[in-house]
Amino acid sequence: MLKKEGEIRIPSGCAISGIINRSGQCSINGSEIVKSISYMHDRSNGLGGGFAGYGIYPEYADQYAFHVFYDDMSAREETERYLDRTFEMVNLSRIPTRKHPRIKNEPQIWRYFVNPIFTVLQEDQDEIDEKKFIVETVFYINTYIKGAYIFSSGKNMGVFKAVGFPEDVGEFYRLEEYDGYSWTAHGRYPTNTPGWWGGAHPFALLDYSIVHNGEISSYDANRRFIEMFDYKCTLQTDTEVITYIIDYLNRKQGLNFEDIAKIIAAPFWEEIERLPEAEAKRIKLFRNTFASLLITGPFSIILGFDGGLMALNDRLKLRSMVVGEKDNIVYLASEECAIRGICPDIENVWAPQGGEPIIIRVGK
Amino acid sequence: MAINFIHPEFEIIREEKRCIKCRACERQCANEVHSYDQEFDCMESDESKCVDCQRCVSLCPTRALKIRKTDNRYRENANWQQQAMEEIFRQADTGGVLLSSMGTPKDYPNYWDKILINASQVTNPPIDPLREPMETKVFLGKKLNKLEFDENGELLSEIPPQIELEMPIMFSAMSYGSISENAHKSLARAATELGTCYNTGEGGLNQDLYKYGANTIVQVASGRFGVHKDYLNAGAAIEIKMGQGAKPGIGGHLPGRKILEKVSRTRMIPVGVDAISPAPHHDIYSIEDLRQLIFSLKEATNYEKPVIVKIAAVHNVAAIASGIARSGADIIAIDGFRGGTGAAPTRIRDNVGIPIELALAAVDQRLRDEKIRNDVSIVIGGSIRSSADVVKAIALGADAVYIGTAALLALGCHLCRTCHTGKCNWGIATQREDLVKRLNPDIGAKRLANLVSAWNHEIMEMMGGMGINSIEALKGNRLMLRGIGMSAKELEIFGISHAGE
Ligand code: SF4
Ligand code: SF4
Repeated sequence: MLKKEGEIRIPSGCAISGIINRSGQCSINGSEIVKSISYMHDRSNGLGGGFAGYGIYPEYADQYAFHVFYDDMSAREETERYLDRTFEMVNLSRIPTRKHPRIKNEPQIWRYFVNPIFTVLQEDQDEIDEKKFIVETVFYINTYIKGAYIFSSGKNMGVFKAVGFPEDVGEFYRLEEYDGYSWTAHGRYPTNTPGWWGGAHPFALLDYSIVHNGEISSYDANRRFIEMFDYKCTLQTDTEVITYIIDYLNRKQGLNFEDIAKIIAAPFWEEIERLPEAEAKRIKLFRNTFASLLITGPFSIILGFDGGLMALNDRLKLRSMVVGEKDNIVYLASEECAIRGICPDIENVWAPQGGEPIIIRVGK
Repeated sequence: MAINFIHPEFEIIREEKRCIKCRACERQCANEVHSYDQEFDCMESDESKCVDCQRCVSLCPTRALKIRKTDNRYRENANWQQQAMEEIFRQADTGGVLLSSMGTPKDYPNYWDKILINASQVTNPPIDPLREPMETKVFLGKKLNKLEFDENGELLSEIPPQIELEMPIMFSAMSYGSISENAHKSLARAATELGTCYNTGEGGLNQDLYKYGANTIVQVASGRFGVHKDYLNAGAAIEIKMGQGAKPGIGGHLPGRKILEKVSRTRMIPVGVDAISPAPHHDIYSIEDLRQLIFSLKEATNYEKPVIVKIAAVHNVAAIASGIARSGADIIAIDGFRGGTGAAPTRIRDNVGIPIELALAAVDQRLRDEKIRNDVSIVIGGSIRSSADVVKAIALGADAVYIGTAALLALGCHLCRTCHTGKCNWGIATQREDLVKRLNPDIGAKRLANLVSAWNHEIMEMMGGMGINSIEALKGNRLMLRGIGMSAKELEIFGISHAGE
C-alpha cells in the first residue's frame, strides 16, 4: 500500500510564484495569481497545488483564521468541541468552493475566525504568549485528532490547497472572490504520492506561509535540530521544516528576515573571510550558533508573512527564480513566463543570486 | 626445563636463493628473531620471538622474507579453539593477567559495515567538489542557545570557547611514554599542517612541542602525570580522561622500562618506576565531583578553553553523557570498545564495553530528547578506519571523530599488537633510542597529513554525492543512512531505515 504523506518522505519538484503590492493596497485579485501559476503548468503534475493570500479577510483582520480539512463528521465534532473550550468563535462556515471536473475526493473544508480566551489566572501571571498558544493548538489538533488537519492559522491571511493542478485548485476555491495585497502559489510535482490534501503546499503556521521548489539535502539535520524546540515534523516535507525554522528564528529568536537568510543560506566561509570585520563576526556567530539550520541542496522559496514576502534561493542557486517589477507591484516566479503572462510590459526583470534574499515589505 | 606447550604462532620463510646475507633483518629486529651463522654462512631465525610486525619483510632489499601463520594445529575443537587453549597454557605458566595491545581483534559485529550512504539522483543534483565550494570546517564546544542584541541591533553575544577545525578529524590521545617522541612530533606537525588537533594523552607535554599548542589538546587523567598550569594553558582545549574504550573501568600502566630521562621529566615522575594511573580519579566519585574538576580546570585557564570529558562506551553511556553535558563540559568524547591501547588486560579489552556506533546513536538521540544537544559537541573514536566511517559517524550525529590506530598505521604500524613490550620495530610504541630514530618525524607528519587530507577529499566527494555542501548539513542527517542486514531493534537504536525502505 502506498504510504500517506508524513509516513514517508516524498521528493518533489515544483513551480512557485508570488505577487505583492508594495503600497499595501489589497488590489490584487486571486485570479491573477491563478493565471500566473497556470503558465508553468508543466512544472506540476496534478498531484498538488495551492495558494496563500494576505489581506484577504479585512472584516476579520483581528481574528485568527483557521482553515481545516476534515475526513469525516466525527473529526469535525471533536475539533469544534476542542476549540470551543479555549476560543471564542466569531464566525464559522464551510469554505466556498465550486464543483470542478478535475478536483476529486474533497474532504470537508471549514473556516473559523477565532479569538483565543485566556483565563484570569493566566492573565494575572502574565503568562500569555498568544502565538505560542495558537501553535500548540494547531499541533495538538493535527497530531491527536484523527482526520482533522489545520492547514492555515494566521490573521487576515489564508491558505487554499488541494490535490490537482494549481489552476484547477484556484477555480475550485473561487479565488476570484478574494482580493489581497500579496499572494503566493505552488504547483507540485511529487515523485509519488497517494494524494493527500494536507500534503499540498503552501505550508503555513501562524501568518508564515512557504511555497518551495526543490529538495533539500539537509532535511534530517534540520529536522532533528528543530524538533528540540517543540516542533513536530509530521509531514516530513521540506516546506514544513523550513516553515518551522523560520518561525523559530523569527518569532522565538527575534531575528529579522535578512539575518534569517544569512543563516539558512549562509555565505561560504571563504566569502565570510572577505567581509568587513564586524559583518564577518556577525555572520560567523550566526553560522556557529545555528549551524544545524543551514539548508543545503536545491531550493527556491517564497515566504509570505504579515506585511511582506521574501524570496530566497539556496547558496549555489540550484533552482531557478526570477523577479520583476512594474510600478508598485513586484512579481516573483520560478520562470519568467509566469510573470510576463500576467504583466506583458514588465520592467526590471532579474535573477537574484544564490543566497541573496529579496525582501519586499508593504508600505516601504 | 619446563616444557613449552605453545608452538610459535608464525613461520619465517626466507628464500635462500634471494637472500644476500646483508643481515638487515638482524639489525632491524628488536625481538632478535634473525641471526647470522658464521660457520655455515647463512641466516637463521628463531620464530618463537616473532610478532609479525613485518619490519624485516618491508626492509629486506631482495624481498627474500615472508611471515606466515603456522599451520601447526591442535586437534580441531569448535568450543576449545587454539587461542583459548594457548591462553590457558600461558596463564598456567606465569600465573599472570593476560596483556594485549591495540583494539580487540575479535569478530564482533561492525556496524559501520552495515550502514550505507545515500546519493542524489534526478530530483536533487549531486555537487562536484572540484567545481563548487565544499565546506568541512567544524567548531567543537558549547553553542549559544539565544543571541543577545543591543537596542541598535548590534550583537552582544560572543562565540563561547570552542576549537575550530578545518576538517572533522582529530588525532586521539596517545601519551608520550606509550608512544615515542618522534611519533608525537609527527602528530603535532601533521595536526598543525592540517588545521586540526592532536591529543597529548595522559603523559604530559614534552617541552619541545609547546610550540604546536594551538593544535594540541592536553589531557588530564587520573594519574595527573605532567599536569601543571603552563601545560593546561598550552593547548587549544583540555580533555579529562575518565575512561578509554579498550579498557573501560580500569586505569593505565606504563612499565618502568619505558620511563627514561625525558619521559620522566615530562611526566614529573622518577626514572624507571612504573607509571600507574588509578582506575578512578581519586577526586571524582560522582558526577558532581566531575563538575568541580571541570570548573577547576576552567578556573585555571581563565574560562578560555573548552573542556572535553572522555568516556568509554559502556552500557548506559547515554545517561552518563547526559550527566556530563549538564556538568559544564563543552565536548564529550566517547571511545568505543574497538579502540586501541598501548596495553590492556586482554579479557577487559575483548569483553567490556560496546561498539561506538551504537553508543553514538544512543547518545546523540538522548541529548536531543533532553534538548541539550546544543550544549555539547560529540567526538567519537574507537576504530574509525576510513572516510566512509567518518561520514557515517557524522550523519549519525557526531561533530567530529578521533583517529588513533589509523594514524599509527600511517606512521608504519602493522598492528602486531605488542606495543606493551616496548620494542616496536617501527619506532612508534617504544622509547628505545635506536628504534625511535627509525621514525622520521618529517616523513611521519607528511604521511599523516596525506592520509587525513585524502580522507577529507573523500568526505567531500560523498557529501557532494548527497547534494550537501557543508558538513553541518550532514551532522545528524540520519536520513542519508540505511541499514543493511540489521534487525528491527538495531535499526531502531540507529534511528535509520533499512536499505530498500
Ligand atoms: S634482510 Fe633479507 S636479504 Fe638481508 S639477510 Fe635478511 S632475509 Fe637476507
Ligand atoms: S605500534 Fe608498533 S608495536 Fe604497536 S602494534 Fe604497531 S607496530 Fe606493533
